[in-house]
Amino acid sequence: MSSEEERKIKCVVWDLDDTLWDGVLMEHDPCLLKSGVVDTIKELDDRGILQSIASKNEESSATEKLKSYGLSDYFLYPMINFDSKSSSIKKITTLLNIGTDAIAFIDDQPFERDEVSFSLPEVLCIDSDYIHELLEMPEMNPRFITDDSSKRRHLYLTDIKRNRVEESFTGTKEEFLASLHMNFTILPATELDLQRAEELTVRTNQLNTTGYTYSYDELKGFCQSEKHKLLVSSLEDKYGTYGTIGLSLIELNGNIWTIKLLLMSCRVMSRGVGNIMISYIRNEARDKGVRLMAEFVENDRNRMMYMTYKFAHFKEYKKEEELVILENDLTKSLPFPNYAKVEFT
Amino acid sequence: MTNDEIKERIKAFICQFIQNVDIPDDEDLFASGLVNSLFAMQLVLHIEKEFQLKVANDDLDYENFKSINAITDFIGQKDLNSETK
Repeated sequence: MSSEEERKIKCVVWDLDDTLWDGVLMEHDPCLLKSGVVDTIKELDDRGILQSIASKNEESSATEKLKSYGLSDYFLYPMINFDSKSSSIKKITTLLNIGTDAIAFIDDQPFERDEVSFSLPEVLCIDSDYIHELLEMPEMNPRFITDDSSKRRHLYLTDIKRNRVEESFTGTKEEFLASLHMNFTILPATELDLQRAEELTVRTNQLNTTGYTYSYDELKGFCQSEKHKLLVSSLEDKYGTYGTIGLSLIELNGNIWTIKLLLMSCRVMSRGVGNIMISYIRNEARDKGVRLMAEFVENDRNRMMYMTYKFAHFKEYKKEEELVILENDLTKSLPFPNYAKVEFT
Repeated sequence: MTNDEIKERIKAFICQFIQNVDIPDDEDLFASGLVNSLFAMQLVLHIEKEFQLKVANDDLDYENFKSINAITDFIGQKDLNSETK
């Protein structure tokens, strides 16, 4: 499969004037929504594709207009200003913590699409004449629609609320994390988790130790295999759930356990829970008296995971071209953080 | 830059994360559960920016970052290396 075919869009960024609605808001209101656009927005939302706005408009009137159509909650971090659209899109990717190659941008103006393509060539630019074909595009069709995908926008909205609280929080980072009353759960994956597990392997590039992707059937095989452990983790706090946010695959080979894959959703990057899964696996390995190894394959974004391993007492054991094998020093302690409750069976 | 200057800057950064301001310079920050993996990453990124140096994969060793003293020594060492170049 070529990378073009595999490409999946995580966020659609809409222009407003002559794209979402007919006409130019600042020149002549009322601007009526384009036909079918509401259904398209709702369907993308159901598929777990996030949406935002990059529009050159007066912010308050455009926001008012979106509210009047009952659409304002569908758009995360709308950028309604007179900056270049490429800089608006750049801001959206930073705030959502996703790559520019996961963005599609819809605009009726060739100039705006060219400006975005020039500065951010990875963005998929779409002429608004083709909105009615949007839902058919392979990039807009995730392989699975899971429970987590249809709730994704709400998960982000809750995050926005948390972040606002965090910004106005006056204590230390640790005090803030403690104030969230986080609950981190680790469970062996069951068949019900597998779609979300596959989705996580495909969606997560940054906080992913090897980038190995596994099909649904392969993952199902690991669940039943005695030579593997497939673990999923989920997180919730006083504001609500973050959903299933982590996955780990361990190969059990006699007295050697190897973590083939360890990944976490970018949404929990700032929650300080990155070590919990590793701590748990270390404890299990120590109990069973086995050596604990981990594989790592570097990409241009996953340095965080290398650091996570290194600070969790992994050391490089050997290198085979791209692949680095690390071994853990299980004699060192790595306590669970005291601001999160950890549950496992 | 003197070691004391480095130490002060490191402490100023750590204070944003933890309440206990009187951490002994040789206390293991991680083993005590005072700080977490997120802190580790932010610490590395902060050091790279503040002290204008590159932390290579080989430098990413627990021993280099485990205490205020260890971090100070590590930065001093890096500084020395770049001066002799």
